[in-house]
This record gives sequence, C-alpha cells and structure tokens, in this order.
Amino acid sequence: MSDEKKVFGRAEEFLTLFNQGAEFTKELLHENERLRHELLSVQDDHRQAATDPGEWGKLRHELLAQIDQLTQEKDHALERLKMVEAENRQFAGRYVEIEEENNNLANLYVSSYQLHSTLALSEVLKIIIEIVINLIGAEIFAVYVQDERSGTLEVVASEGTEVESFPTIAPGAGIVGGSVVSGETFCGITHGTQDWESPIACIPLRVQDRPIGAIAIYSLLEQKDSFSPLDHELFTLLAGHAATAIFAAQLYSQSERKLNTIQGFIDLLTK
Amino acid sequence: MARQRILIVEDSPMMRQLLTFALKRLKGVDIVEAQDGMDGLRKVTSDHFDLALIDINMPVMDGLKLINLIRGEDSLKEMPVCVITTEGAKEDRARALSLGANEYLTKPIQANRVLAVAKALLKSD
Repeated sequence: MSDEKKVFGRAEEFLTLFNQGAEFTKELLHENERLRHELLSVQDDHRQAATDPGEWGKLRHELLAQIDQLTQEKDHALERLKMVEAENRQFAGRYVEIEEENNNLANLYVSSYQLHSTLALSEVLKIIIEIVINLIGAEIFAVYVQDERSGTLEVVASEGTEVESFPTIAPGAGIVGGSVVSGETFCGITHGTQDWESPIACIPLRVQDRPIGAIAIYSLLEQKDSFSPLDHELFTLLAGHAATAIFAAQLYSQSERKLNTIQGFIDLLTK
Repeated sequence: MARQRILIVEDSPMMRQLLTFALKRLKGVDIVEAQDGMDGLRKVTSDHFDLALIDINMPVMDGLKLINLIRGEDSLKEMPVCVITTEGAKEDRARALSLGANEYLTKPIQANRVLAVAKALLKSD
C-alpha cells in the first residue's frame, strides 16, 4: 500500500516537473519569436539605411553628434577630476599645516602649563631648562636674572657649562644687557660660541615693562642646524611666561620669608 | 582589536606630557608613564607593553642600561623600543641600536615623527 502511495507521489512530482518544463519551453519559444521580430526590424532598418543615402547621412550626423557630446562629457569629467585632484592636494597641504599647527600649539600649551605649575624658583628654572633643551634644542645656555638691588644680570641656572663660568652683566651692556633693556629678542647666527658675551640668541624676560632677566643661548644640539618658526614662538612664550613664573616664584619666596619672620616675631611676643 | 599599551620612560614631566599628548592621537592606545629607568623596569616587567619610548639621560637608571636589561629578559626580547634623546652623535645612536633599540629619535622632538615611528613599531594604521 505504501509502495503504491510512493509511486503516485513520484508520478505527481514528475507531472509537476514536466508542467514546469513545458511552461519554460513556451516562454523560450515566445522569447525566440520576439527576438526574431526584433532582428528582422533591425535588418530592415539597416537595409533601408544602406539603400537610402539620406538615412546614412542622418545616422552619420546622429553618431557624430553623439561622439561630440561624449567628447564634451569626457573633457568635462577630466576637468572635474583635475579640480578634485587640485582640491585634494590643497586639503592634504592644509591637513599637514593644521597638524603642524596642532603640534606647535601642544608644545606651547605644555610649556606654559609646566611653567605655571609651581611656585618654587628652583622648579621654575628647571622647567625653563627643560623647555630650552627639549623643545628648542639648545646645548649650552644660561638663565640670567636681574638682581633687584644692583640691577646686574646674574646667571642662576645653566646647561652645558657651570653657572660660575658665566659673567655678571650690567644692564645695557653687550647683547644680553642690551636685549634686557630693549625688550627685544636677539637672534643671530646659529654656529655655537664660547664667548659668553655674544650668544647666538637672547630672549629677554619681562613682566609687562619690568625686566626680569634673560635666556642666552650659546650653542644648539648637534642635530639642530637653525632656529625654526616654532622656536620663535617659544621665544615669545618664554619672554612672557617664564618671566611671570620667575617673578611669581620670587614674590612667593619673599612672602614666605616675610611670613616666617612675622610669625617668629609674633611667637616671640606671645610666649 | 585589543588595545595597545605604550610605556614612556622619561624623567622630564614636560616631555612625558608632550609625548602623551602626541601619542593620544593613535587609536586604541593606552599610555603609561615611568619617571626613570628603575620605574620603567618595574613597570615593563610587571605588565605587558606593545612599545616602550625610552630617554637616555635619566636619574637612578639610564635608558641604555634599561634597554640592556629589557633585551636580557626572554619575555621582552621582541618588545619594540624607541629611544628619544638629546644625544645626536652617531656613536650614541649606534650604541643604542646595538643594545637592541629599534628606533632612535633625537630631541627636539617633532610630534608627527614620534607618531609615525610609534605607528610603524606598533604596526597600526
């Protein structure tokens, strides 16, 4: 009984498959017919065009117009491509510029952040030294601070040579003294020098119009040939921010000393 | 993709801040700072790092000694090391490279150069 069912089932499957095949064959025949008509129509057109010179001319004219239009479109596309390429180059250049600007701003931000991160004079001087070594790339340099009483410039920190090696400079004397008085950064040749009175660069440190001191650079690191635009930005930053940091640290230290004295005096009176 | 870890061994807080600033632009990177060679050695032996940027002139333990110790450890032999230093002489470069440093950058640093070297050593995009 089950064999019979299986046989009927198979027969039905076969019938369905056969019907689908017949349907597909019908569709193919229909498509074939349609294509035959199309071919005849195209052959007619060609025959007509071949026999009729007017039609040839018309066809030629149409084709030439089409070629002309395509050429124009191609030229337009090429022109557009050139424009896009130029824009790309411009954007790439701008991207590099912005990257550089970003890096420079990061250097300036970190320098100023570090300079104002402490009120201890020794720390401020250490940070100035770090900036001048690591960001400017100086090998020998000195930080001069103006003595309040005498007005002379004395070296309080240095790199590359002992502090004692550097002379005390009178305000207005030589490149360092002149730069401190005028408030103008001096930037000369970048070949190293051991002449402590003739640095290759001198950055005056001023708080508003009040001279605080100067940073005199005598030679650059072996791998550094010359000062870059960023170095000049750093000079400007140091001129203001290093001066403010030194001034604030000096004031803080003085006020601490005064506070201790007063406290000692009060203790003496009250005990 | 797993995050990558970079160790900066540098005694100058300013340089550490600048390097961190630059390296933060890399995607998927965590940065750890060490303030001298000894601190760097402690960190590098107790944790995994994909790259170490090491200064040469540092208190307690200098960078060259640290590189020597790192290359002596089996687990750290393959870790990329980049030296960042003020020492620009050829002999200094040769010495650091012979001790096992993969790259040698001189100060003043340029952030884009540091980024390019870090990318290459991390093999990231």
